[in-house]
Amino acid sequence: MKKSLALLLVLVMAMSLFVGCAQPAPAPAEPTPAPAPAEPAKEPAKTFGMVTDTGGLGDKSFNDSAWEGLQKAGTEFGVEPVVLQSTKQEDYEPNLGNMSQQVDLTVGVGFLFENAMKAVAEQYPDKKFGIVDMVVEMPNVMSVVFKEHEGSFLVGVIAGLTTKSNVIGFVGGMELPLIKKFEAGFRAGVLSVKPDAKILVNYTGVFDNPDKGKEVALAQFANKADVIYHASGACGIGVIQAADEKNFWAIGVDQDQSAVSTKNKVLASMIKRVDTATYTMAKAIVDGNFESKILDLGVKEEGVGYSDGGNNVSAEVKAVVEKYKQAIIDGTIVVPTTEEELKAFKPVTLQ
Amino acid sequence: MENKVSEFKARLQQNTKAIAYPLIAILLSFIVGGIIVAAFGNDPIVAYTAMFKGSLGSWSNFGETLVSVTPLILTGLSVAFAFRCGLFNIGAEGQFIIGSVAAVWAGWAIKGIPALLHVLLVLLIGAAVGGIWGGVVGWLKAKVGSHEVINSIMMNYIAMYFSNYIVMNLLNEPDKAFSHAIADTAKLWRFAETITVFKGSRVHMGIVVALIVAVFAYYLLNKTVRGYEIRAVGFNPYAAEYGGINVPRNVVLAMFISGVFAGLAGAIMVTGIQFRVNNLFGFTGYGLDGIAVALVGNNHPIGVILSAFLFGVLQKGGPMMQLKGVPKEVVGIIQGIIILFVAVNFIKVMIERYSEKQKIKKGSVEGEGK
Repeated sequence: MKKSLALLLVLVMAMSLFVGCAQPAPAPAEPTPAPAPAEPAKEPAKTFGMVTDTGGLGDKSFNDSAWEGLQKAGTEFGVEPVVLQSTKQEDYEPNLGNMSQQVDLTVGVGFLFENAMKAVAEQYPDKKFGIVDMVVEMPNVMSVVFKEHEGSFLVGVIAGLTTKSNVIGFVGGMELPLIKKFEAGFRAGVLSVKPDAKILVNYTGVFDNPDKGKEVALAQFANKADVIYHASGACGIGVIQAADEKNFWAIGVDQDQSAVSTKNKVLASMIKRVDTATYTMAKAIVDGNFESKILDLGVKEEGVGYSDGGNNVSAEVKAVVEKYKQAIIDGTIVVPTTEEELKAFKPVTLQ
Repeated sequence: MENKVSEFKARLQQNTKAIAYPLIAILLSFIVGGIIVAAFGNDPIVAYTAMFKGSLGSWSNFGETLVSVTPLILTGLSVAFAFRCGLFNIGAEGQFIIGSVAAVWAGWAIKGIPALLHVLLVLLIGAAVGGIWGGVVGWLKAKVGSHEVINSIMMNYIAMYFSNYIVMNLLNEPDKAFSHAIADTAKLWRFAETITVFKGSRVHMGIVVALIVAVFAYYLLNKTVRGYEIRAVGFNPYAAEYGGINVPRNVVLAMFISGVFAGLAGAIMVTGIQFRVNNLFGFTGYGLDGIAVALVGNNHPIGVILSAFLFGVLQKGGPMMQLKGVPKEVVGIIQGIIILFVAVNFIKVMIERYSEKQKIKKGSVEGEGK
C-alpha cells in the first residue's frame, strides 16, 4: 500500500518535473532551418542561435525578449534562428558547445552564462559568440551590457514627479553591483526632481520569490511610500500585487510590466532592450563585421528607456522626462552607477 | 546438483524477464513518443536520430552523457538504498546540495596537500556531510517516529537556503552570484586530458567512482549481515524487530548511507564539473530525478545504473532534439512518456495476467475433460 502510494507520488512528481514548467512555445519552429528560398544563393547566409537560461522561453522577460531580437533579424536576413532552452545550470556549457557546432553565432542570454561562455569560447576559438548582460573579454566574444542606471534615472524622475507622500521605495533583488546600478540611477532621478524626497531602499536577497517582494513592498507602503520601483526579477510580481491591493504605484523593470497589474497600478516600466542586443549581434555576424567588443547600450543607443503601457504618465510629466532624456543623450547629465558616484552627483533641475 | 542447475535456470529466467519487460516498455514508449512528435508537426525519425546521435553518436557526446549519468547513479542509489529499508528519501536533493557546499568549502579552504589526497578528502567530506543531513531525518524517524517524507522535504529547503546563505556570504566570490572556485588540486581528473577521443567532453573520474559505489551498495545490501538487516526492516519492521533486529539503528544507518550517496553526488558535481556552487534559484533536480531513477531501476543497484543511463541519454538527447527544431515541451513529453511506460511496468502486469488467464483456461478445459 505504502509502496504503491509512493510510486504514484513519484510518477506525479516525475511528470511535473518534465512538463510542469512548460509554457506554450511562441511558435513551433520549422523542422528544417531552410534559408530563404526566393533569394539567389550567393554564399550561404550566416546562421545564429541562442541558448536560454533555465528560465526559458515564455518568461515574458529576458529570454523572450532576446528571442524576439533574433527572430526579427531572422526575418530580415532570411535565416531561421535556432533556440536551445537549458534545463540545468550545469548544462550551459554543453548547450553553448552544441549550438556553436550548428550555427555561426551562439548567443548566451544572461549574466549566468559567464563561466560557461569563457570555457566554450576557449574550446572553440574559431566560432563566434555573444553574451548579454555580462562582459566576457575574449577574442571571439561580443558582449552587450546595458546602462540600466540611465533607464532607472528616467523612471526615478517619473516617480519623483508623481509621489504625493514624498516617500518613494526601491526594492532590489540580490545585492549585486548590477542591481546597485539600478538603485543609484533611480535615486539620482528622484533627487533631481524632488531633492527633499525620502527614498526607502530594501533588498529581498533573491530574484525568484514574489512573496518576499510583496512583503517588502507592503512594509514600504506602511512607511508611507506611494511609488515603488523594483529591480528584483520575479519578486517584482509581488511588488505589483501589493500595489494592486493597497492602491499605490509600482514601477516595472526590464519589460513593460503594465499587464502584470490587474488594476493598472504600474505607473511605468524601465525597459531594457535585450532584443536590440541580440539583433545587433546577429546583424554583425550577417554583415561580416562581427568583432570582439563590448557594447554598452544606454538611452542614446535606445538600449534602455521607459515605457508607459498603462497610460498612467501624464503629458506634463512626460515632457519633463523627455527633457532629462535629452540631457542624458547630450551628456549634460552623467548618471551615477554606484553609491560613491551618487554621493558626488549634483541633482540637475530642468523644469 | 540437479537442484542447483534448475535453480540457476529459474534465476536466469527471472533476470531475463526483469530486463526484457523494461526494454519492451522503452520500445513501446518510443513508438508512442514518435506519434506525439509527428502530431506536433515534427519528423519523429529526425527527432530520435538527433537524440541518439546527440547522446551516443560520438565519443565526446557519449562522454557528456556520462557526465549527466554520474550524479543520477548516485542519487538513484541514494533513494533506492533507503527504499530497501522501507524509507522514502525525498531528501536526496538536499543531501546533494549540502554535499556540494561542503565540497566547495573543503576544496577551497584546504590548501597545500597533494592532489589525490585532496580530491579524496573533498569527496569524503561532501559524502559525510550529506550522510549527516540524511542521518538527521533517519534519527527523527527512529526516535520520534516523525515521517521521513515530510522531514526530508523540509530538509531540502533548509539545505537550499543554507547553501545560498553560505554561497552569498561566507564563500562568496566578490560581486558574483556564485562561490569561490575550488583549488586545482581538488579537481577530479577528466578523461579528455589524456584520452584524446573524449576531447570536447567533460567526462571525469566521477563515473568510475559512481560505478564502484553501485557495486559496493549491491554488496552491502545483498552479501552482508547489515544489508540483510536493512532489507528485513524494509520488508516488515515488526517481523524484523521480533527477529531481534534493532530497527531504529537500521533506520538511522540506512538514511545515513542514503545521504552519503547523495552527498557524494554533490561533491562529484563540484570536483568534476562545476568547481563551485551557484546561488540556487530552485532545486538542482538531481535528487528529485534520483527518485525516478531508483523506481525505474526497481530499487536495485544494477537496475539503477541502467536506468540512470536511460535518463542520461534522455537528458543529453533533449537539447539535440531542440536544435533540430523539436520544441522543448515536446522533448519533455517524450521523456515523461518513456519514464512513465517503464515505471508503470504495465507490460509485466499484462503479460502475467495473460499467461494466468491461459493457465486458468487450460485448467478449466482439463477439468471438464475429467
